[in-house]
Amino acid sequence: MYWCEGGAVRSSVPRPSVPGRAHAQPRARALALRGCGPGAFPLPLPFPLPFPLPARPGRAEAAAAAFPFPQPPPFPSRRGRRRLRCRRAAAERSSTMSAARPGAAGAERELPPVPSTSRTSFAELSVRQRMRDKLKAARIKAEITLSQEDPSPQPRLLKGIRERKAGVRLDKTSDNDKFREMPEGESHLPSKVKFRDSVKKLKQKSTFQNDLPSEEEAYNFFTFNFDAVPEKIKVGARKKNGLNEEEEVGEECVETHEDEQEEDEMDEDVRLVKDDDLFIGQTDEDLLVMKPVDWESYTEQLKREKEFLFVPSMSAVPTSEKMPSNVQPRYLEDEGLYTGERPFVSQSNQNILENRILRQDQGKEWFGDDGKILALPNPIKQPPTRPPIFSLEEGIAPELETVYRKAIKMTSTNQYFVGPGDFQGLFQLDIDISGLIFTHHPCFSREHVLAAKLAQLYDQYLARKQKNLTKLLTDKLHALRSAVQYSIEGGGGDGVPVAQQSIPEYKMEIRQTRRLRDAEQEKDRTLLKTIIKVWKQIKSLRDFQRFTNTPMKLYLRKEEVDQKSDEKAYEAEIQAEIKELLEECMEEYEKKMEEYKTELQDWKSWKKAQKSKKKKKKKDTHVDEESEDYEFGEERVKPIPPKMASTLEIEQQVREKADNCRRKPGEPILVPELTLSGNVTPTEQCPRAEVVRREDVKKRSAFIKVLFNSKEVSRTVTRPISSDFRVHFGQIFNLQIINWPESLKLQIYETTGISSTTLLAEAFLPVPETAVLTGSAPLEEIEFSSDQRVMLDHEGVGSGVSFSFEADGSNKLTLMTSGKVSSSVSWAVGEKGIPLIPQVSQQSTGVPSTLKNIDAIASIGTSGLTDMKKLAKWAAEAKLDPNDPNNAALMQLIMITTSGEAHVPDFFRLEQLQQEFNFVSDEEFNRSKRFRLLQLRNQEVAEFRNYKQVPLHEREISEKIFQDYEKRMQERDVIDSKNYLDAHRAVVANYLQKVRESVINRFLIAKHHFVLSDLVNEEEIPSLGILGLGLFKLAEPKRPLRPRRKERKKVTAQNLSDGDIKLLVNIVRAYDIPVRKPVMSKLQQPSKSSRAFKEMFAASPSAQSSPNSPDWALNQVLVRPFVEVSFQRTVCRTTTAEGPSPCWNEELELPFKAPNGDYSTHSLQSVKDEVFINVFDEVLHDAVEDDRERGSGIHTHIERHWLGCVKIPFTTIYFQARIDGTFKVNIPPVLLGYSKEKNMGMERGYDSVRNLSEGSYITLFITIEPQLIPGESVREKFDSQEDEKLLQAAEKYEAECTSKFPSRQCLTTVIDLDGKTVFITRYIKPLNPPQELLDAVPDRSQTAAELVARYVALIPFLPDSVSFAGICDLWSTSDQFLYLLAGDEEEHAVLLCNYFLGMGKKAWLIIGNAIPEGPTAYVLTLEQSQYVIWNPSTGCFYGQYDTFCPLQNVYCLISSDNIWFNLQEYDSPGRINFDVSKPKHWKPFFSRSLPFPGLRSIQPEELTYEHSDKAAALELQSRIEKILKDKIMEWRPTRPTRWNRYCTSTLRSFLPLLEQNQGKDVEDDHQAELQKQLGDYRVSGFPIHMPYSEVRPLIEAVHSTRVHTIDVSNVEFALAVYVHAYPQNVLSVWIYVASLVQNR
Amino acid sequence: DDLYCKFSFVYGQDWVPTAGLEEGISQITSKSSVLPTTLVWNLPIDITFKSTNPFGWPQIVLSVYGPDFFGHDVVRGYGAVHVPFVPGRHKRTIAMFVPESTSRLQQLTSWFTGRRPEFTDPKVVAQGEGREVTRVRSQGFVTVCFNVMTKDLHKLGYDVGSAQGPGPQGFHSF
Repeated sequence: MYWCEGGAVRSSVPRPSVPGRAHAQPRARALALRGCGPGAFPLPLPFPLPFPLPARPGRAEAAAAAFPFPQPPPFPSRRGRRRLRCRRAAAERSSTMSAARPGAAGAERELPPVPSTSRTSFAELSVRQRMRDKLKAARIKAEITLSQEDPSPQPRLLKGIRERKAGVRLDKTSDNDKFREMPEGESHLPSKVKFRDSVKKLKQKSTFQNDLPSEEEAYNFFTFNFDAVPEKIKVGARKKNGLNEEEEVGEECVETHEDEQEEDEMDEDVRLVKDDDLFIGQTDEDLLVMKPVDWESYTEQLKREKEFLFVPSMSAVPTSEKMPSNVQPRYLEDEGLYTGERPFVSQSNQNILENRILRQDQGKEWFGDDGKILALPNPIKQPPTRPPIFSLEEGIAPELETVYRKAIKMTSTNQYFVGPGDFQGLFQLDIDISGLIFTHHPCFSREHVLAAKLAQLYDQYLARKQKNLTKLLTDKLHALRSAVQYSIEGGGGDGVPVAQQSIPEYKMEIRQTRRLRDAEQEKDRTLLKTIIKVWKQIKSLRDFQRFTNTPMKLYLRKEEVDQKSDEKAYEAEIQAEIKELLEECMEEYEKKMEEYKTELQDWKSWKKAQKSKKKKKKKDTHVDEESEDYEFGEERVKPIPPKMASTLEIEQQVREKADNCRRKPGEPILVPELTLSGNVTPTEQCPRAEVVRREDVKKRSAFIKVLFNSKEVSRTVTRPISSDFRVHFGQIFNLQIINWPESLKLQIYETTGISSTTLLAEAFLPVPETAVLTGSAPLEEIEFSSDQRVMLDHEGVGSGVSFSFEADGSNKLTLMTSGKVSSSVSWAVGEKGIPLIPQVSQQSTGVPSTLKNIDAIASIGTSGLTDMKKLAKWAAEAKLDPNDPNNAALMQLIMITTSGEAHVPDFFRLEQLQQEFNFVSDEEFNRSKRFRLLQLRNQEVAEFRNYKQVPLHEREISEKIFQDYEKRMQERDVIDSKNYLDAHRAVVANYLQKVRESVINRFLIAKHHFVLSDLVNEEEIPSLGILGLGLFKLAEPKRPLRPRRKERKKVTAQNLSDGDIKLLVNIVRAYDIPVRKPVMSKLQQPSKSSRAFKEMFAASPSAQSSPNSPDWALNQVLVRPFVEVSFQRTVCRTTTAEGPSPCWNEELELPFKAPNGDYSTHSLQSVKDEVFINVFDEVLHDAVEDDRERGSGIHTHIERHWLGCVKIPFTTIYFQARIDGTFKVNIPPVLLGYSKEKNMGMERGYDSVRNLSEGSYITLFITIEPQLIPGESVREKFDSQEDEKLLQAAEKYEAECTSKFPSRQCLTTVIDLDGKTVFITRYIKPLNPPQELLDAVPDRSQTAAELVARYVALIPFLPDSVSFAGICDLWSTSDQFLYLLAGDEEEHAVLLCNYFLGMGKKAWLIIGNAIPEGPTAYVLTLEQSQYVIWNPSTGCFYGQYDTFCPLQNVYCLISSDNIWFNLQEYDSPGRINFDVSKPKHWKPFFSRSLPFPGLRSIQPEELTYEHSDKAAALELQSRIEKILKDKIMEWRPTRPTRWNRYCTSTLRSFLPLLEQNQGKDVEDDHQAELQKQLGDYRVSGFPIHMPYSEVRPLIEAVHSTRVHTIDVSNVEFALAVYVHAYPQNVLSVWIYVASLVQNR
Repeated sequence: DDLYCKFSFVYGQDWVPTAGLEEGISQITSKSSVLPTTLVWNLPIDITFKSTNPFGWPQIVLSVYGPDFFGHDVVRGYGAVHVPFVPGRHKRTIAMFVPESTSRLQQLTSWFTGRRPEFTDPKVVAQGEGREVTRVRSQGFVTVCFNVMTKDLHKLGYDVGSAQGPGPQGFHSF
């Protein structure tokens, strides 16, 4: 037997052939098969068979042998085993387990004695024997059937039983899961109770059988209901099917079970056999069990898991649980013992751990005396486990430490330097900063100040000593003296004149030297004295403050001298000096005596003179004399004779002086020695203030920044200031430089504490001479000082603060922070011993270096370097060699300077990398045609925008390509009058072209701004309304009675090409086509009275035609109209219909070709082409020339006579997507040979309605296939000068209106020609119409209005989209409009409205929708309580209820001071109320809440008009006529075109009249006139009226009439042009075209 | 699963395809049942270009579509890659991406309606213009294998690599 997967594998039982009951076999097998339900045991495990035969055969034993259930499967699942165990324990304490251990048979252990032990072993044996036999038989049988494989007729019923039984069996033996099947199967058994009883009995019985299960026991497994597990899992449906059978069998089983006790074994055996036979009969297929995968509910699983999973609770464990019972927790801390602080562990985690520990055996051992978990005081391991990363520098995190890398000079960056091409390499400047000494510092104590003074004095002393001037001078003096001595002595002997001469010189020198020596000696002495004095001060200060701050000590070394020799020398010196002085004095005396003598002489002579004078004067005036005399006496004093200097006096003097400045003889020489060996009082012993000072000093530190060319290049480390205010750096900086150093600067910074850093001072370092090399440069001390004012609150004296050493505060002293930096700067020496100095010849890197060579500084001073003008002047004066490369930089500079602007060339480049991408030089780039072409294409220049396949080679590009473009560029300002025939219009066209270009540029820029919707198609969130509509649509009838056109899919005009787009024109019908007049060969109405006659009969023309009834009936065909649509010179025509109200209902298809093949949106917008829908009359003429042929053939000429046309611009179709409606056919006022048949309709009523609006009508439907998406307007926010509030209000108003009526356009602001947003009401302002027009009809205001409207209509129409290639709707003001003489509906409407207002009418601007224009502007006037709607572009006017009014919808009304939005349900003019005072109907923009702020109009105050230029009009007239005639001849290349001059002149005479009458009320007396004059001609012709813009439209119009297509050989033509000039150069053009065919 | 792929070539104005299909659509492919469960089209595309200017070197634009949860055909990714310059066999793995919905609500509704945001024109992924307004999410990869041949490039002064193809054929295949 095998455990097999899925129960689908059959297995024969590899059993030893045990003789015995074969009937048991199938059951066993079934068990085996059932046992391995899907998922029960995935691995096929060998069932431990064969089982051993028991020694004592018996009934129960036999059963047990047959069904080896007691033997547990070798590897049952844990769960299964557990349950099994439970089950067993609960059911019986039998020795079922011992069955697996046959060796233990016979031992009656652990089982309580059971009374029912009546069964004999014999009986059991016999039963077993029989069972075995049967089993064997059954097995054989089964094997046979297995091989035969015959299907059983009733497998299902039986299977159920087997299943059930197997289930029971299995449950017992191996798998508990199987057990679940039991209850359902068993629940149907009526004898459930009995089973229970039997079990009890069984229990009792089996207890004494140790090793083998009793028969009852074995049997029990088939029948016993272990309903302990209330599983509700459904068993397969099959089982249910077999319910009945089960019951039967169940009962059977019960019976047998009962019998077991009462009946004999045989009986039972038989029954069993019977029972088994049921199974034996089955095929093996029935042994397969199909059942769903076992599944265990989650709750069940949880329940089970709960049994062996432990989740420690998070609640705190009571201390009592943790402690051994009856032990009180003891807290060491309370007992005064130190317990370490434990690291924080969250309480919940602790609880969990404790709970967990408690679950374990001996869990309590883990807890200490205090009820806490035993732990080290600090369980955190002290040494880190991760190896430490040692940082070189303290305080910096290792990962943040910076790594020094030598600066690498990028050679590529070099090219952006100013400098020379040849780069010499790096030069190096070594700056050695050794230290810093403060000579004063705010933190100096008084002692420090004195000490610094002392040190300074000592330094001075040392310096003096080193020079030893005194000694030097003394020696000199001695030498001089001896020289004098010698010369005097020698002179006496030799009498050398030279020596004699030099003696006084010597003497002079001696005197000088002596004086110097004396001064020096005095200085020395005072210095010494001051040193001693300061030292004494220090000492006293130290005594006073009882501590010392400085280690300074002054030793005075006494040098003992020999008293006698010293005295002698002293005395000798004095004597020598006295002698010299005496000599000197003598000399002086002699000199003075001489002077005295001369003076005395003078005085005496003067005295004498005076006396004589006196005498004279005494005689004259006594008084005056006296006074005079007195005066004289006063003036002239008698010279005092010089005193002879006494020797004593001199000696006295000399000795005094010697005392002062000289050491006394015998006095020891004092040599001061300053040492730093003194002890500084330790801080602890200092008073508080001093301690604070010292601490403050400790906090301070200093560093020095090195600035090279005023850029910081390096800085020293920050070193603390030591207590003696010295800072030692000892750092050498190697500056690798490229430029010549302009300045070297040190900045000394002081840091206090951690944060504050202050710049103390700056010290400039001299740039070293080129000879100063590293190694030889001495350290120099550079002094610095700062004017900082620092006041400190401790012993420090501060700086810039006065302080005093005296107790009384006198003798104040103010010191500034100062100090010395000892440093040296030198040029470095390179590896090869070459000094790294920029060579003089290489110093062309900058202006200063150049200047250095020539020493400009010397000539103009340093300030001149910054003053370019001065520099330039200097350069001019110095005559620099401009060719010298050294001067290049300077010359360049000067060039710029002298050229006017003092700009130093800056080398900022916007695209600094551009140079690297340049693959050709700029010149080459500009020269190349190919590159130029590519560039122009990239710039989207119109001519090249879609240029494909730029040729590869230069030579393949022809010059022609650029010709157009260049021409356009050139002609931008050149006015080309060729096409315009009119200077003004040429100017305007040029202006328009410029505006257009700027708009195009703006548009192109805007085109590159994308919004999301341009790129991504995203479904919008459906709103409720849309959803509702969608639902509503579902309910719609599939085929509605009135079908509507469906929206077609729109196509973006990107991937289109020629031929893709078609124009569909559906011509439905026409009304009131003019009819032919009967051929009046007989000249019926030649007279002038024809008009009156006609008018008379106009009411009843039928009366006129009825008389000649038979003929009339034949010639019933009054007109045979057909429609020809021409678009882009492609012509399509309908079939010919008949009658004045024809119905064609034909669809014409015309291909569309975009200009340049450019199907982009904005290209399509600017398509100027128009669709001409021409109505023709097809006239057949009998062409048979010979009457004889009449019988055999029909020869007719077909002539077409133009009747009228409708023009629709392509842009209109493009923007409207479709045009659907009835249009008025533009029929010329006179159609030769035709008359307007107003009376052909039968119903008069209908006619009368129609007669209100005269003219013919045609119903059309035009669309583009596929539908193109019209371009969107430029999304550009235009700036505005309007008030921000107003704009906001406008936005709000528009939003409100649009939300109510989304289809109605609300216009509040528009864009003017300057591209600024302007509030719309500013356009409306009363303006004066041309006076000429008003003068023409002074009385009738209605006529004047019509005239004005006509005038406005005469201004050519040019849509903005055409002129500005984008849908930015630009509104020009009326004066601009009149100047440009071109504009679209708005401009016309605004002008007309303004005129009407100027004429005193009530007028409004209507913003609405009309056919065919689409969104447009009309004018509304109120005339005699009737509203009249004016079409400004045609000059026509309509009543409010006119059915043929082209205006379809009214959205807004605009006046000069308000805007009203239509709130009415309907918007067609006939159905709305135009009374704007009703807020229900019209929503005003300015209301009470927002009053009209009085917006100034942007229109001019008054329009001035140029007077019409009749001469120019005449000239234009003849030119147009000539052009048109040429064109007609050109269109008829194969045939001769003859011009009937007579007719032409006649026609020409008609035209002014037509103009005068505005094409109205002119009857067809032209015909009569012509007939009269020409005779027998068949004339067909008509006048065309157009506003004049340029020649091209006129040609088009003439061409579209197809007059030239007449094929008759003897045709003649007549063409007359009349140009009528209106003010402001508005021209009305009339073209009269006629074809004449002579009747034969 | 059940994805198909549209391809098209985007090239500059100076490029003209002389042979082969400029745009096309692949068959629908299903996921392979064995690992690796990639979708394999193995669609050969063959196209030849001629040009006068390397500017606008052709790019292949791929857009992959497939049914979503509700069976709507939705876009599964867009991607583009330049046709390699260097002749020879090249394997390019194109990261595919799809535009993101503008809002969560949009995302939800588009998921329901099966109308997820798409590029108006798949070719926008081949150019940079306007891409700044889109936000995309990356979705999967498509591997394209190119066999590129060039002709006369060297002669015209363009050095694109070592090999010089004998013929003017550019051949691409998945």
